[in-house]
Amino acid sequence: MTQTILTVDDSRTMRDMLKMALAEAGFNVIQAVDGVHGLEVLQTSTPDVIVTDINMPKMDGFGLIEAVRKDSRYRRVPILVLTTESDVAKKTRAKEAGATGWIVKPFEPTKLIAAIRRVAA
Amino acid sequence: MQDVGSPANSANREFVAFRVGSQEFCIDIMGVREIRGWTPATPLPHAPTYVRGVINLRGAVLPIVDLAMRFGLGLTEPTPRSVIIVVQVHQQVVGLLVDAVSDILTTSEASMQPTPDVASDLAKNFVKGVYAVEGRMISIVTLESVLPIAAKVAA
Amino acid sequence: MTVDTMAAIRQTFFQECEEQLSEMEVGLLAMDEGNADSETVNAVFRAVHSIKGGAGAFKLTALVQFAHTFETALDFVRSGKLNPTAEVMKPMLRAADVLADLVEASRDGKEIDESSYAAIAADVKALTATEGAEEVEEAIDFQPTVIDFGLPDMAPEPIAAPVHEYRVSFTPRPELYANANEAVLVIRELSRLGQAETTCDASAVPDIDNIDPNGAYLSWTIKLSSEVAIEAVREVFEFVDGEADITIEADGQPEVSDDAIAALLAQALGSAPAAENDQPSNVTNVEEPTPADPVQSGAAASETASPPAQVAEAVKTVAVPAQTTIRVEFDRVDRLINLVGELVINQAMLSQRVIEANFAGSSSVVIGLEELEQLTREIQESVMAIRAQPVKPLFQRMSRIVREVADATSKQVRLKTDGEATEVDKTVVERLAEPLTHMIRNAVDHGIETPEERVAAGKSPEGNVRLSAAHRSGRIVIEISDDGAGINRPKVRASAIKKGLISPDAQLSDSDIDNLLFLPGFSTAATISSISGRGVGMDVVKRSILALGGRISISSRPGLGSTFSMSLPLTLAVLDGMAVSVAGQTLVVPLTAIVETLKPKKGEIHGIGADGRVMAIRNTFVPLIDVGTQLGFRDTPADPERSVAILVETDGGARNALLVDSIQDQRQVVIKSLEANYGTVSGIAAATILGDGRVALILDVDALVTRSFEGQLTAAARYGTEG
Repeated sequence: MTQTILTVDDSRTMRDMLKMALAEAGFNVIQAVDGVHGLEVLQTSTPDVIVTDINMPKMDGFGLIEAVRKDSRYRRVPILVLTTESDVAKKTRAKEAGATGWIVKPFEPTKLIAAIRRVAA
Repeated sequence: MQDVGSPANSANREFVAFRVGSQEFCIDIMGVREIRGWTPATPLPHAPTYVRGVINLRGAVLPIVDLAMRFGLGLTEPTPRSVIIVVQVHQQVVGLLVDAVSDILTTSEASMQPTPDVASDLAKNFVKGVYAVEGRMISIVTLESVLPIAAKVAA
Repeated sequence: MTVDTMAAIRQTFFQECEEQLSEMEVGLLAMDEGNADSETVNAVFRAVHSIKGGAGAFKLTALVQFAHTFETALDFVRSGKLNPTAEVMKPMLRAADVLADLVEASRDGKEIDESSYAAIAADVKALTATEGAEEVEEAIDFQPTVIDFGLPDMAPEPIAAPVHEYRVSFTPRPELYANANEAVLVIRELSRLGQAETTCDASAVPDIDNIDPNGAYLSWTIKLSSEVAIEAVREVFEFVDGEADITIEADGQPEVSDDAIAALLAQALGSAPAAENDQPSNVTNVEEPTPADPVQSGAAASETASPPAQVAEAVKTVAVPAQTTIRVEFDRVDRLINLVGELVINQAMLSQRVIEANFAGSSSVVIGLEELEQLTREIQESVMAIRAQPVKPLFQRMSRIVREVADATSKQVRLKTDGEATEVDKTVVERLAEPLTHMIRNAVDHGIETPEERVAAGKSPEGNVRLSAAHRSGRIVIEISDDGAGINRPKVRASAIKKGLISPDAQLSDSDIDNLLFLPGFSTAATISSISGRGVGMDVVKRSILALGGRISISSRPGLGSTFSMSLPLTLAVLDGMAVSVAGQTLVVPLTAIVETLKPKKGEIHGIGADGRVMAIRNTFVPLIDVGTQLGFRDTPADPERSVAILVETDGGARNALLVDSIQDQRQVVIKSLEANYGTVSGIAAATILGDGRVALILDVDALVTRSFEGQLTAAARYGTEG
């Protein structure tokens, strides 16, 4: 069955790249432009995995993860944070917020897909 | 209309033949956008005498070249038979005022004869060759050479 | 992934860069002015951060590195480690300019010599120097990677590697499940590495009554026979490090501690600290690793009844819908604009036919036609609005010019902008960039004094340049004013005499002198600076503005500054004009140039010189220009008493009277290019198509008048040298 990935990123370039890499690997992709928009999208769609940026306007990635984890419907949806920050502090903070894993930008499509396969049932 | 050239061993092309004064000329049909009747043109200031002005062709402003004047044969007096041949050269669209369209010729490049060696400016500047058709001589006009040049210099 | 799609993403990236650079600039300026809140600083940081992210994907190393330096400094401001004082903001603003240059160079596939911005980079680095150690670490951390979409994975050489025997013990903690990781997925991934034998230890599962739905009670031991190195085994646990107790024993050698930090340390140091390995006491063999789920999903199910409070609340706060946009190629818009132009002409032709047919004013045909006219106008306005753009990006570029010129001339200048949201046709915006840049440069270079001069004149050392835009009676008015020294009129006059532009005894008003600046080749700078350059004078600026159907004027007060004011049409597609008859032709005079129309009376026209004529209007004499003879439509001048004089005003404020045969009416006309199929015609701005389908020419009033004005100046100069 086709799995659906929600990508949340304020950069159009990054959204396009994610979409292309994911679509090529056979995933269905839905997109949001920031945390608030991501939560909005979640009202009508249930993705199998959420891939989110950290630095975003309105609501950042940490905020999004915390909000998603508080919602029992999405408690078990894996969330990968996608960010250029590869330092331990950002990962730790994402983990504390409830992130499942991470992808370091700039990503290679193969690594992206591997990370998603690792967390997607 | 007939094939005036040598046997059908070279590609046939079509030409629009027309009259300017007592002479006959033709241009490659590929350069012709349309043929329409004469409508009075709006004169342009500081334009060369052979530019009769501009007309409206479905929203585009088109300069009209009086071919007789351009060839040094005197000003054309437009009559009901006068026509404007709308030609396109590169990106430029221009109307050519001629006395009448006489024929559509199908001929080949090969049957073109060199311009007779006469000292006329017309022959030297505007004609690249001639066709002989049923005893008529039809001069092939180089379109590029008849295009108007705007009088850019301020008086 | 195809080359095309990558090219498309690349294009998106650079489009987005433009937007981000623009947002960055706005934010930085707000920071500079001291009225930026934390969200503004965040937005600036994000913009630079996003540029860095995208640049990394396209391996734009120079851009990535500079963006990183810049971003680090911005992060310091964001986290309060650095105050955005003037000293801090100055290098920041310059860095923004460098970033913009690097983006542009990257887009065009050019390279910028690093030395050209090394100083700025160093200045920005210096801002964070106190904690430089962190900087270095992070810089190393960020390595741009090329995206090799579509290429097969570079698999390791398939040499016959030795088979390792791993023994992995994996005990998830509750956090692992809370973060939506699944023990089963980790085990599945591990088993893909080779031959795996998995055993599950369920001994820790308590009585059903004591089960915590969020607890983690199972642990696994996996025996793995694989050729992969231990790093690959460890990588499987990357996401769950710290959420589980993990030990990996390779070929009987206990390898890794169960502590995440220790594991990281071990990895970094390349050593393998020994760790005691707990053996599960009660082992159950499991064929398919499917445990834990019943407990976990049951727990999830039991909670679904609780309200999704957080999400619902968060969504409520964003009820304001975002402004949606679509991207349309300009070709399509222009095609639509052309078609609407056709529609307007057709509608005008139809109206004329109806008038000719003498329908009664109350007839349904006439009423229907009026409605059509109204609709046509609305469609036209709507279509024109598609091409309208705010002047904001244009104005933003100017603040950079001010910084650069101020730096180069050691002046202190602040640019204030007003009316940035004012919209005007895209082409007008584009073609304004160059003249505006030149005028802004002039204002800083020639207008504003040095700080010392300003202080001596009792002014603040910092000069001000104000750039404003506003809509005024169907045109856009752009003003550039400075509080500098104003135009040095004696110097301008002397220079004009020296250059033979005016005679030494010419009587010129202050305004006349100011307008000399617009004459070709005029330059007031005592020394020609590299900033304003040689050869590009205000005459070029004026010509650009005129070419846009605009007008430019100047006003100046000694010691207080100068103001350049430009008035431009909102669109280049239509024009409000007055249709007049000259020698049997219909001509259109742009309404903006017209002051009033007059009927010359006997005695008001006076001859001057060989063939010059002036008209007396309320005690002043204005040159009379016979449009018919000027354009060569007739040889003999028209009889003024049987003609109409149209008083027009040029950009410089000079007044002239145009003599025409009669006035037809006022109308809006669609502008048609003469240049497309013909060329430029002196004295004619463009053409239009009348209701009867004929072409009418639109007068270029300024060109007509300027020619006459230039003729007078030449004459004056000649008289000057003779006398």
